[in-house]
Amino acid sequence: MSEKVKFGKSSVFFDTFERRPGPIKKNMHYCPGCGHGILHKLIAEAIEYHGIQKDTVLIAPVGCAVFAYYYFNCGSISVAHGRAPAVGTGVSRANPESFVISYQGDGDLGAIGFNEFIQAANRGEKMTVFFVNNANYGMTGGQMAPTTLPGQKTVTSPYGRNTATDGFPLKVCELANTLESPVYIERVALTTTAHIRDARKAVFKAVKNLRERRGFSLVEVLSPCPVNFKMSAQEINAFIEERMTKYFPLGCFRDNSEVAFAPLPPPPVHDPEKVRELLFPRKLNIGVPKTFRNESKIFNYERRIKIGGFGGQGILSLGIMLANMAKLRNFNVTWMPSYGPEQRGGSASCSIILSHNKIPSPLIDRDCNLLIAMTQTALEKFIHELKPNGVLLYDSSTMKRPDVGEDKKVLGIDALDIATNRVGNHKCANSVILGALSVILIDHYLEGEDKMDFDRAFEEAIIDGFSSKPEVIKQNLYAFYEGKKVALERIKARKA
Amino acid sequence: MEYNNRLLLKGNEALVYGALLAGCDCFFGYPITPASEIAHSAAALFPKLNRVFIQAESEIAAINMVIGAVAEGKRAMTASSGLGISLKQEEVSYLAAYEMPAVIADITRGGPGLGNIGPEQADYFQLVKGGGHGSYKCLVFTPNSVQEMCDMAYESFRMAEKYRMPAYIMADGVIGQMMESLTLPEPAVYDYDPEWKMGRIVDGKANIITSIYLEHDDLEELNRRLQAKYRLIEDTEQRAEEFMTEDAEIVLVAYGISSRVASGAVTMLRGEGIKAGLVRPKMVFPFPKKSLRRLLDNGVTRALVSVELSAGQMIEDIRLSIDCRLPVYLCNRMGGNIPTCSDVCDMVKKILWEMKQ
Repeated sequence: MSEKVKFGKSSVFFDTFERRPGPIKKNMHYCPGCGHGILHKLIAEAIEYHGIQKDTVLIAPVGCAVFAYYYFNCGSISVAHGRAPAVGTGVSRANPESFVISYQGDGDLGAIGFNEFIQAANRGEKMTVFFVNNANYGMTGGQMAPTTLPGQKTVTSPYGRNTATDGFPLKVCELANTLESPVYIERVALTTTAHIRDARKAVFKAVKNLRERRGFSLVEVLSPCPVNFKMSAQEINAFIEERMTKYFPLGCFRDNSEVAFAPLPPPPVHDPEKVRELLFPRKLNIGVPKTFRNESKIFNYERRIKIGGFGGQGILSLGIMLANMAKLRNFNVTWMPSYGPEQRGGSASCSIILSHNKIPSPLIDRDCNLLIAMTQTALEKFIHELKPNGVLLYDSSTMKRPDVGEDKKVLGIDALDIATNRVGNHKCANSVILGALSVILIDHYLEGEDKMDFDRAFEEAIIDGFSSKPEVIKQNLYAFYEGKKVALERIKARKA
Repeated sequence: MEYNNRLLLKGNEALVYGALLAGCDCFFGYPITPASEIAHSAAALFPKLNRVFIQAESEIAAINMVIGAVAEGKRAMTASSGLGISLKQEEVSYLAAYEMPAVIADITRGGPGLGNIGPEQADYFQLVKGGGHGSYKCLVFTPNSVQEMCDMAYESFRMAEKYRMPAYIMADGVIGQMMESLTLPEPAVYDYDPEWKMGRIVDGKANIITSIYLEHDDLEELNRRLQAKYRLIEDTEQRAEEFMTEDAEIVLVAYGISSRVASGAVTMLRGEGIKAGLVRPKMVFPFPKKSLRRLLDNGVTRALVSVELSAGQMIEDIRLSIDCRLPVYLCNRMGGNIPTCSDVCDMVKKILWEMKQ
């Protein structure tokens, strides 16, 4: 291999481990014969060799390596059990120039955090995961791990791992190898010198992949845990070589490192002018001065409007056009939809309240001044909410004139027919209704100059609401005036 | 280009606008009704400013991504509802221990369990009393309008960063789903570069972020420091709006959608000659104790009423604030139901009648 083996301590390690509490500052906290020390050394050397110490973020898991930051002099965060790849995702997306190493054990990666691991791998996050597989839970005292071998005894599998009830050991590399995104997957072992040399190569490659922004790399490391296994160095090495590698074969599963490459994304935009351009609506030549106040007395009280129908009829957007009109005329206004499964079940409804005063609750379940029903179902559902003297506006092209009692005003408009046949777009039925609504308002409720202003207010609401689609504005304005015309004819005919 | 700063938005959308204007760099979320529009809006807007949006694999992953981004010295947020917030609690405890800022929106729904998507305010204990393990607190904003969804999202970043702790925006489904018009604040000037972020070298050592303190004395010291911070916040940051409390014999206390209903009820009660008032907490940690304690000294207030969409959670803080020196009654609905103004009026009148007996 090209990289020279360096003797002595890597400069990525601290000279003395001052972050370690207690008197011992020279040695690591790991047990005798543990693999973590070897893997730490290989990683430190690789970070040093590739010159990425300054921007490396080592994510420490919950497990024996929770204190990895005692030793590595690089940015580090110790995170919740199993969540290192999710935290790493946050780090790497927030700062694409960081080099994220997620260092995890059996329980952390294979059990509690498998979802975070596999999802980060599947997204192809720019990180390298070192997975230390020692076939047990080291830190908590040698319990069964997802990687514990069949029949293997631990303190939580005292009669041996029973595959009928505990399942089989989790083959992490093989599972990751079913995904499209990872660029490099290899399993190595920390037993013989030859194996450690292979491990070193794999570690260096995975760290190189980080530096070169290749993508997601995974190195699984079969690692000795002689203290929990109550084995000598020779015995634990034999266990790994003879038993573990049978189940967890060593080798490279995938290497696309040379072809994969992810360029740095552009930096986030915080320029106030650019932010304003995105979020602030463009100033249109509509609306009224801030001091404007509609004089009609009816708005001294809440005007409560309910609109009901089914999805696709433009129920919600009709409500939004009304709310928009209110906004443009400095009313207080609330718009509240029915939401959730009910909405997705096909029916749609919304409540709009207009007032000169503060509006307490945006919900309407009684005392409704105006009900707009676009379907029979909506009519039946909401008619009881309509006040005496309230107005019912319904689409007479989809339903018969309902009998709702003498105390209510009723106006039917062939909204769907008009929209389909005269406007040429059935989606404009809601604007036809809006036209009819304006007639009712102007005829029955508005006073003085407000009568003149309201047509313009509705027009402006349509222009404002569809400001990004000029052709839609034209159609909806046409529909609005058709609705108005028909409503006027109806009312005239009725009076005659 | 000339812009108009007034527009019509849903509460959930306004929250995203407020966050972007405050300079939020990253949004990590997982869909849930009634909070989903936050993710929809963030997915549409964040990438347009080259900021980060990720639909995480779970609420747990989302809050962990927030931790990663914040650890890099960026502004990050997530949003969910009740059950999703339950899943995030472990990491909120970590954030408190890391002493890192983050913004989490909870658009509350009905519980316990899967409950329903109707508006409840039963996440109060979860957000105000800790929720996760350990002795910690979070800032909790309680907007009651679309304007406040935007303003408080904006403000929550500033305050979370000032005190280096997580901040919640707790709004019920109604406040999240409703549309109102609002005025946008100006975009913040971005100069965020916290000294504790990873990648900084201090005395030759790279910064680390951890929450593990094996030495008992070290962990006790952290806890003492946190508690001192919470006391400072309680002393200096209480926020409430008072409505007709000066001569009120009966004072309602409510936040979120219930505070809007309660304010309508106060107006109705006044119309009937009943001297009612309202204290509306704009934050529930810190709880507006000062506003409530003032009622003890005004010589007219005889009782308080907690108006909540829960079995009675905030009511405990009301009682503690006034050392139980006045009777505190509960006026509540649950399961997604919201009382009308006249329902609340009737309940208050019933309480007054009972008090006379």
